[in-house]
Amino acid sequence: MTGRGLIADVCIRLGDLDLTARVEAAPGEMVVLVGPNGAGKSTLLRAIAGLIPIDSGCIKLDGEVLDDPERAKFAESRQRSIGVVFQDRLLFEHLSALENVAFGLRSRGARRADARRTASEWLARFGLASFASARPTELSGGQAQRVALARALAFEPRLLLLDEPLAALDATTHAEVRRDLRRHLATLDIPKIMVTHDPVEAISLGDRIVVLEAGRVTQSGSPDDVRVRPRSRYVADLVGINLLRGVLAGGAIELAGGHTVAVAADSSQGGAVAATLHPRAITIHRERPMGSARNTWQTTIDDVDDEGERVRVRVGVPVPLAVEVTPSACAELGLRAGLVCWISFKATEVSLLPD
Amino acid sequence: MTQPHRRREAGNGPPASAVVVGCIGLAVFFVLPLAGLLWRAPWRDVGSVLGDHDAQQALRLSLVCSLSATGLSVLFGLPIAWLIARGEFRGRNLVRAAALLPLVLPPVVGGVALFYAFGRRGLIGQWLDRGFGVQLPFTIWAAIIAETFVAMPFFVITVEGALRGLDTRYEDAAASYGAGRWTVMRRVTLPMIGPSIAAGMALTWARALGEFGATITFAGSFPGKTQTLPLAIYLAFENNEPAGLILSLVLLAVSVLVLAAVGSRVFASRLRSTALAP
Repeated sequence: MTGRGLIADVCIRLGDLDLTARVEAAPGEMVVLVGPNGAGKSTLLRAIAGLIPIDSGCIKLDGEVLDDPERAKFAESRQRSIGVVFQDRLLFEHLSALENVAFGLRSRGARRADARRTASEWLARFGLASFASARPTELSGGQAQRVALARALAFEPRLLLLDEPLAALDATTHAEVRRDLRRHLATLDIPKIMVTHDPVEAISLGDRIVVLEAGRVTQSGSPDDVRVRPRSRYVADLVGINLLRGVLAGGAIELAGGHTVAVAADSSQGGAVAATLHPRAITIHRERPMGSARNTWQTTIDDVDDEGERVRVRVGVPVPLAVEVTPSACAELGLRAGLVCWISFKATEVSLLPD
Repeated sequence: MTQPHRRREAGNGPPASAVVVGCIGLAVFFVLPLAGLLWRAPWRDVGSVLGDHDAQQALRLSLVCSLSATGLSVLFGLPIAWLIARGEFRGRNLVRAAALLPLVLPPVVGGVALFYAFGRRGLIGQWLDRGFGVQLPFTIWAAIIAETFVAMPFFVITVEGALRGLDTRYEDAAASYGAGRWTVMRRVTLPMIGPSIAAGMALTWARALGEFGATITFAGSFPGKTQTLPLAIYLAFENNEPAGLILSLVLLAVSVLVLAAVGSRVFASRLRSTALAP
């Protein structure tokens, strides 16, 4: 295959890490890489960026071979047209915001005046025109993040890599910057790969999620696919959460099917929302429970998935949900597919996504 | 409620005996010598001594030699620091030890060593003498070489610490944005360790300015040629002239200024990280 986009077949042994992974990204596609610490996500990005050579395999971008040890081909990082947004941003603190954005253009041979003009256009596009001469330390987290993104995009790379771009932000700016990021990334028709630890980020930004565990790709698919059918404990914990979409009104979300779910929100909030509910937060009962949980209804078990130390139960009508119980609870209640039972969860367990 | 607070005070504060010993140390080794210098200073003669031709000559020579030595230290010290901070080769620790040896070597031994390397009968010196008719000892070049020899390790150790403490991911980032090695060094590495380079230069210059042992051994003490300020002070002191005290005060003032510059906030943090570097 010599088409457009990225094809990375990467084999690297580095200390304890034995990374053998294949990642593809089509033009315009956002691939989200998730995985535990030490799984090799950052190493994979560094290999694609050309900061470390691969031991075997092949990295191709738009049909051009960037790294292929068998053919003794290795394009240095600076020869690759790849924009990288690094973890912790790594803005050059001795340079102004404008000079940071112009850095890639200048390094690639643009004339000083041209580079500055292009850089200020990028700053303006990100709403930072008045911060051109500011030092990175004078910027807020969100502003610095936008400068980092502008710096990675200013020389019009053919691939964008983002290594935990939102990790360095505090919770309040997080939502705002994520919204920003999604808006800017959606308009880019180049392939994009992002590493993240944040399930909401993975689900809301990714076109495809690739799960990397101990140097191997263990799952790859659409966010909904991975969320509903997580193939490993790690994925289940990270993105195997219930996602509720609907309209918020009067302290409850009305789902598409007409069912309502009570949430802890004051009645002034409203509009289309998404919310998450962890499978651990849901309780299964044989009889109708009487308690403080605001959400209680009768449902039918679709299937029961024994994952060893935990059991994942999927219930259907009226609201499809994943529920997590211990094997002993499962045995005691006699849970099996087709069983009619009650579920309950507290309104406070439903987290509204800040979107 | 007050107990943890008190315990912390007791744990952090130095014991009384340490305070007493510390104060005695400060008095004997810092305050009293300075007081002695200031107390005995013939303030009335300051004008005439500083206006004196010999004193001015020594001062000028000192400035020329110490600034040249600082320049040479930057020129050679930067690559050396780079090599031992970032180079990956066997015997790197040996190279580092060799580069830092003058820090612990008695300067007079350094002077002797320089003499047998660059003197008329020295390792290189005989060849320089025979081939080019160049004789280094007892010239201003000898004074500059002696000062460089003694002072350069201060620059190397400061910059090496800064290079090792530098987050190399910034350089990776620069490379990924298209910068070649030279551009990375010029636009990222050097500016980022700039404060350490400045601190290293200040320390190096101060050390070169005060250099005595290696200079007198290798360059001698010829007024107007190799007699720098410390040598002039020693000579004047031997002859019981007031110039010795007053020129000492000049060097003291310079030292205080360097300390103030190095002690300013940016330098202080850089120096601390250097001192803590393994």
